[in-house]
Amino acid sequence: MKTAIAKGIHTIDAVQAKKFGRTVQAIVLGLIKLAILVGISYIILGPLISMLSSSFFTEDDLYNPVVVLFPAEGTLGNYIQTYTTMQYPRTLLTTVLYVASLTVIQVIVCSMAGYGFARFEFPLKKVLFGCVVLTIVLPTDTLMLPWYTEFRNFDIFGILHLITGSGVNLLTSPIPMYIMTLFACGLRSGLFIYIFNQFFRGLPKEIEEAAFVDGAGAFYTYFRIMLINAMPSVLTVSIFSMVWQYNDTFYARLFGISNRILMSMRISTVQENIANALEIQDSSVTQLYLYAGIIMMLVPVIVIYCLLQKRFVEGVERSGIVG
Amino acid sequence: MKTKKKKMSLIQKRAVTGFLFITPWLIGFLWFYAKGFIQAVRFSLSNMTMKETGGYVLDFIGLDNYKYIFLQHASYNQTLVSSVGNMVIDVPLIIFFSLFIAILLNSKFKGRTLMRAILFLPIIMNSGAISASIELAQQAVSGGVAAVSTEAAVSGGVNIEYLLGMLTDLGFPVALTDYIVAAVGRIFDIVQASGVQIIIFIAALQSVPGSLYEVSKIEGATAYETFWKVTFPMVSPLIVTNVVYTIVDGFMNSEVVDMAYDMAFTSFNWSVSVTMSLVSSFVVCILLAVVTKLISSKVFYYN
Repeated sequence: MKTAIAKGIHTIDAVQAKKFGRTVQAIVLGLIKLAILVGISYIILGPLISMLSSSFFTEDDLYNPVVVLFPAEGTLGNYIQTYTTMQYPRTLLTTVLYVASLTVIQVIVCSMAGYGFARFEFPLKKVLFGCVVLTIVLPTDTLMLPWYTEFRNFDIFGILHLITGSGVNLLTSPIPMYIMTLFACGLRSGLFIYIFNQFFRGLPKEIEEAAFVDGAGAFYTYFRIMLINAMPSVLTVSIFSMVWQYNDTFYARLFGISNRILMSMRISTVQENIANALEIQDSSVTQLYLYAGIIMMLVPVIVIYCLLQKRFVEGVERSGIVG
Repeated sequence: MKTKKKKMSLIQKRAVTGFLFITPWLIGFLWFYAKGFIQAVRFSLSNMTMKETGGYVLDFIGLDNYKYIFLQHASYNQTLVSSVGNMVIDVPLIIFFSLFIAILLNSKFKGRTLMRAILFLPIIMNSGAISASIELAQQAVSGGVAAVSTEAAVSGGVNIEYLLGMLTDLGFPVALTDYIVAAVGRIFDIVQASGVQIIIFIAALQSVPGSLYEVSKIEGATAYETFWKVTFPMVSPLIVTNVVYTIVDGFMNSEVVDMAYDMAFTSFNWSVSVTMSLVSSFVVCILLAVVTKLISSKVFYYN
């Protein structure tokens, strides 16, 4: 009898112990997860936070060993100086116009190509799509010099050569970028074609067939029906394209696009310009101005990102980058 | 012309329309990629001088440029090897890290939206002007961690070298501890570089049919088993995609590319620059082919 009761108590203990064990396990796992997530967030946000705080530092704060994150004096002077040196409002306006127009072209051209590859059968289709993949994989720097010479002496089948005797130098203007984007060779166009292709392949064929039966032409169907249905991937590609164009320095440097037009070029020279203008020799002081400039450059991107964040994440998940 | 069009079958008509859709891309490909590549090869085989008026002159010199970069240039070989080496170290780390984070983000917990917003930030900052400047800021933040990778210094009161020595004494292979130390030193780069990969893995995880998880739950599989028997095989095709993306992306930001750029636009040594880019691209393409081949043979395809 006694042993039976003892056994009963024992089993209850065991059950409780097991339950307890599970809660402990859950808590410990949760804590580990929390630690990892906080750690990673710190790695991503740390530089941003440190830049943000340093951008308010005065020179005294910089060399004050007590000051770590919060400036003792604090100043908006860095921002004001950088704002005028960068001609912020004007540069921002031209940059936004440049980026927005390129994005629109890129979305239209790349989605057309993606749609063509996804829905039509034509000879050599596999080979040509292989070429799309090749443009994703091939490092752009191999071709930078041929592109440079192409636009340095721009000509269409020798027509200009006949008229004026030599080609046109298109460098230092944004025209080369527009031409390349128009022919789907812009910034990571290959990747965007791939994304659109995957998405269109996932859409049901019935929508198009209905439109076709009703007598709509292929291009009408594409612009009025397919593109509307492809909104998630259009959004994804637009955001990628916008942000990458905004940040781009490779193409901008290659074509020598003037820094009066582009923010990304402005930011890479702002430190030197301020150092020259104010005659500051100490590079860690001029760096404070650079930080202020970067924060100002990031603000538009972060605003757009916060506005579209939710739809962007959903779009990425549904747009079938995966296939 | 009109009569000819009427004779076309529906299939032919569709083919023509399809061709029209890809025409802009096709022109661009032939114009910039195909023509550009042939030109690049020609440049690399000759001595190139730019004319003031806009044109250029080519003197055919055979393989001299190739001989020059391999046998005479001071640091090309080293830079190429170290760039490829860095890539080989980074790729597995980035893949494991991004898969791990994708799995974490795919489970439900409080503040997931915030976490996602934070983790996708590197995508918008991981290129061009901003990343170059952020690198400066990182040095200010990382301090200790970055120092470890360079000289395993004493930092933050913990004697890393002593710990490492202890691990070596315990019989850990030196190569492994070195790798881990290097990995910790690169944690900033790795997190910054894995934004797109995380997105791709999240999308992959969401496309795994829920029924597979149900079955494994009913059969009594533990979480560990479920991961290795269900999740991992199902996302494995995307590992190939991610490896390719990581290698290409890593290469574009590597030192070899900068070197070729400087050679062209700072030293104005055009043909040597083209040769450098061609050789390094060739090496990367071989690396890509080998890696894809190796991984593809192990990948599981559901369909």
